[in-house]
Amino acid sequence: MLKQVEGSHAMAETIALCRPEVICAYPITPQTHIVEGLGELVREGHLQNCEFINVESEFAALSVAIGASAAGARAYTATASQGLLFMAEAVYNASGLGLPIVMTLGNRAIGAPINIWNDHSDAMSMCDAGWMQLFAETNQEALDLHIQAFRLAEELSMPVMVCVDGFILTHAVERVDIPSQEDVDAFLPPYEPVQVLDPTDPISIGAMVGPDAFTEVRFLQHYKQTLALRLLPEFAAEFKARFGRDSGGLLRTYRAEDAEMLVVAMGSINGTIKDTIDEMRADGVRIGLVTLVAFRPFPTAELRKLLAGCKNVVVIEKSFAVGMGGQLASNVDLALRNTPNAPHVHSVIAGLGGRPVTRASLQRVFLRAEAQPWEGAHFLDLNEDIIAKELHHVRKVRRSGPIAENILRRLSESQAAPQ
Amino acid sequence: MVTATELLAVAAFLEGAHAQAFPSFGSERMGAPVVAFCRIDDKEIRLREPIMEPDALIVQDPTLFHAIDVFQGLRPNGYLLVNTNKSFEDLHIGAQVARLPAGHARAVNATELALKHVGRPVPNAALLGAFAALTEVVKLNSVAEAIRQQFPGKIGDANVAAATAAYEAVAAAPAAV
Repeated sequence: MLKQVEGSHAMAETIALCRPEVICAYPITPQTHIVEGLGELVREGHLQNCEFINVESEFAALSVAIGASAAGARAYTATASQGLLFMAEAVYNASGLGLPIVMTLGNRAIGAPINIWNDHSDAMSMCDAGWMQLFAETNQEALDLHIQAFRLAEELSMPVMVCVDGFILTHAVERVDIPSQEDVDAFLPPYEPVQVLDPTDPISIGAMVGPDAFTEVRFLQHYKQTLALRLLPEFAAEFKARFGRDSGGLLRTYRAEDAEMLVVAMGSINGTIKDTIDEMRADGVRIGLVTLVAFRPFPTAELRKLLAGCKNVVVIEKSFAVGMGGQLASNVDLALRNTPNAPHVHSVIAGLGGRPVTRASLQRVFLRAEAQPWEGAHFLDLNEDIIAKELHHVRKVRRSGPIAENILRRLSESQAAPQ
Repeated sequence: MVTATELLAVAAFLEGAHAQAFPSFGSERMGAPVVAFCRIDDKEIRLREPIMEPDALIVQDPTLFHAIDVFQGLRPNGYLLVNTNKSFEDLHIGAQVARLPAGHARAVNATELALKHVGRPVPNAALLGAFAALTEVVKLNSVAEAIRQQFPGKIGDANVAAATAAYEAVAAAPAAV
């Protein structure tokens, strides 16, 4: 049913259609509206056979989800930013134990300095924790990915994070098609656990594993994710047949056929990139886009096939590893490893801590990648004047003070100065 | 203001348009300046950048004219709607208003209409009614339906009455400027 609603609200409705049996919730901006919405649906009886458990922290939220999942319940939780960090130990446990929990991440920056706005630092901090990670481009895709995530998680008995850009998607009111209960039921069968804590048939889950078996357990975790590389496109095709929409899969392309330059990106930024590409195509620039849906598992072979033929690849990401550079760019580099005549990979870091990413800035950096390529990571719209002033200050004064506060002061001074 | 853009998006949706409403994502608190945006189009809206060159500007609190450059980016043929009981000259925005096409700038006392019909100083509904009359981007009926969906019952009816009164006030009297 077509509706004009807030993304979080639409996600809550759709997650309820997936019939979770245990929902553990601890609020943190910007995912709060999702669990609030689910809480209402449980309280008002719209979501039956579901226990909504308020817990005292994010660590407890995922720990309770782990217990519920091990007891055979379809378990769901959501978090963001520092909340994900606080549950970090449980994040590894959920995947290490092979429990098919689905968790929404309302993507947000990580402090310090404190910042509640959107970027992908939280998802990236846990990208190697053994969970599968799917990134939504639109709120419609956010809904659809949750349905597919439960199916994927339970098929492989592995947890899945659905990554949804905080505020940009979670707080946007836009048109979504909320599926029917019948269609969701037909796509997502009831949860049939591969392991379950049952008092009538007792087993242990989570035993100590020594050097003789740890590698094998880890290998099988990795092997399951490689199976997801095949399952995700299959589920996306099945989803399209039933719901009539392209959602999910590993990746998709936009105007990529004859492109000499391909942009690679994840999440809601793809919409703005598509509009930018349309403008540049109108000017005769042969540019296209590869939108990654799956970051874990990473679709190495599929990406290599798409990128190998072009001249320039621009990777735009809302996160970076301090001291190294863009994580997505490094992964794209890896996909092109040992490829003869590999394209030049240009790394762009954009939208950190909620900084808007505009068509104008994107167009500038795409043109620059061809004309004046750079080494390492390029920080989109970096205020170089303020950086220079702060570096100068740090060199001159030993007790130069806290960087964040210095930058804020310089910024307000520069804005107050006569133009 | 966040509610106003959401209602506007729903009104546009009810007419078959694509719409996208989003707040400026600050640490929102009562009394702090808040910006919210709404895009309306006849095709899917993919763009996620903030609106930097609005076609229309609704100013809920005219004291903001002192605090920030509200007019920044407003297109030369844009629309301006201000919630006030003062004239544009008294607000010291006569020069900016004069740059807009005739009939594109209106003042409406939305807070007073809200107090009269709703009993509380909540000007959103009245501003949207006035906006419908000023720009004809959405119809009053759609605004009313969006309000009733969001606020069923008596509160919705009262807000619809405020929206209708504001619509009629703007539609009836030709713009002074």
